Amino acid sequence: MDLRTILLVEDNPDDEALTLRALQKNNIRNEVVVAHDGAEAIDYLFGTGTFTGRNIEVLPQVVLLDLKLPKLDGLSVLRKLRADPRTKLLPIVILTSSIEEQDRLSGYDLGANSYVRKPVDFNQFIEAIRHLGLYWLILNEPVPARRG
Amino acid sequence: MHQVKNRSIVEKLTRMSMLVSGIALLLACVSFIAFDMLTYRTNKVRSLSTQAQIIGSNAVSALLFNDPQSAAETLSALRAAPSVVSAGICTLDGRVFASYSRDAHTQVIVPPLLPAGEAEAHSIGTEQIDLVRLIVFKNKATGIVWIRSDVQELNRRLQRYVGIAIVVLLASLWAAFLFSSTYRKEITGPIVGLAEIARVVSRDKNYSVRATSAGSTAETSILVDAFNEMLAQIQERDKELLTAHSELEQRVRDRTAELAAANKELESFSYSVSHDLRAPLRSIDGFSSALLEDCGPQLDQSGKDYLHRVRAASQRMSQLIDDMLNLARVTRRTMERETVDLSRLAKSIAGDLSKEEPGRQVEFSIAEGLTADADSGLLKIAMQNLIGNAWKYTSAHQHARIEVGRVKHNGGSAYFVRDDGAGFDPRYVERLFGAFQRLHAATEFPGTGIGLATVQRIIHRHGGEVWAEGGVESGATFYFTL
Repeated sequence: MDLRTILLVEDNPDDEALTLRALQKNNIRNEVVVAHDGAEAIDYLFGTGTFTGRNIEVLPQVVLLDLKLPKLDGLSVLRKLRADPRTKLLPIVILTSSIEEQDRLSGYDLGANSYVRKPVDFNQFIEAIRHLGLYWLILNEPVPARRG
Repeated sequence: MHQVKNRSIVEKLTRMSMLVSGIALLLACVSFIAFDMLTYRTNKVRSLSTQAQIIGSNAVSALLFNDPQSAAETLSALRAAPSVVSAGICTLDGRVFASYSRDAHTQVIVPPLLPAGEAEAHSIGTEQIDLVRLIVFKNKATGIVWIRSDVQELNRRLQRYVGIAIVVLLASLWAAFLFSSTYRKEITGPIVGLAEIARVVSRDKNYSVRATSAGSTAETSILVDAFNEMLAQIQERDKELLTAHSELEQRVRDRTAELAAANKELESFSYSVSHDLRAPLRSIDGFSSALLEDCGPQLDQSGKDYLHRVRAASQRMSQLIDDMLNLARVTRRTMERETVDLSRLAKSIAGDLSKEEPGRQVEFSIAEGLTADADSGLLKIAMQNLIGNAWKYTSAHQHARIEVGRVKHNGGSAYFVRDDGAGFDPRYVERLFGAFQRLHAATEFPGTGIGLATVQRIIHRHGGEVWAEGGVESGATFYFTL
């Protein structure tokens, strides 16, 4: 089975390491691309900046998006991705510390597919990642590729 | 309306001055005429008496010598007095001795009788004055003379006087009218002006206008001055009020801005806490967990125990942060009151708790038909805390009973949540509702000490009160009003 990548947009190296560990603990073997700020995520998806020349036809299977990010914050990234026809339907899961009402509201408002809070308890975090992987990588049927 | 009143003042003034001057003049004229008529009549009688005396003394010889011719001649001298209509002399026995009449056709009347013992008498009629006088010669009555005079002159005089009186009256009335029209302007002018100013003031609420007192009488001048003084005071007060009002508004604006700024700060603070404070905790917990898993074999029992403690502490801290944020959210949240079915809410919370810990034996007694006028979201948080507490603090008992109901309180009603659990030491009841204040050790009953503080904030936001009753191991009852 051809495993598609997971794009993890995360600026905190601790969280990055823990997320990667949680994925690994759940035996999720997909390649994980880490973007360390919002601008890098955009560059990766649209093949710009340091990612010039990347085949942007290849979209990640799911984007795990943090909200508090340097340069371009998570909600701005979401807005940009939803405004572009190429990434309009890309599955995006907001994975963040906050459960502030305003964040959840604007997240869904801008077209996030899911909103998951990172639990402090690492066992719960592993559990959350397990559910996420199960759902987005296995259970969920992806959007069919556009023809032409 | 005010114009009609003003017109009536002017009219009344004119009428009054005319009436007063008219009455005064009329009284003066009438009394003068009456006095004059009386005087004239007295004089007339006196002059007739004199004439009768003269005629009498001139006619004595004629009577003595029985010479009527000579008596008639004496009488004819009366022609000089045109008012005398007729006259005559008669003997004591009443025989007409000689007579005179002014006009040939005038009937010579029978002389009136002289009352006994009187030397002279007169009678005044509407058309004539009769005078009868005894002719005395050497103290002996020899005959009677009488003279009748008409009152035409008296009447003419009266007519003349009345005419003059009427002319004078009319002239003076006219003069009074003229004068009063001149003076009424002076009197009513300032009043009319005052009324106009008062109208402007009440219509435009303009207190800066002033009435002028030029040309006023002393009283209207006082009135105008008092009115102006009053306007000045109102204007001053108005100004002060306006200043106070605008100051107050400014203060309210300032306070609102301050409050909004504080709120915004609090919001960004909570936002930051929500995002940033939890991330390090996740690292602490996550890497402790990784350490336990990856390097577990290299750690001895106490090393593992320390790491477990680190994890427990970070999770506890995470719970504290969540509770704190919830407490802040409860304060910030906008409130919308509606009728909430409190019985149903309590039952649903009780159901959730029973589902979470199905092993517990807790009897719920929730009164039916409890409704509350409150924000449903906030009330739910409050009830979750209160019933959750009751659930938690009865956990050490084999059987527990939790009651939710309503009691009468101060003329209104208070809701209550009662349990038969661990209760609390009533000496520290004041500390129950303080944030992060706990009356039990965390090892005994877990918690962060935010729950009741949250409840209190919710109840206070509803304008209600919350208080507690209880004792150690004798349960606790939490009352609240909305």
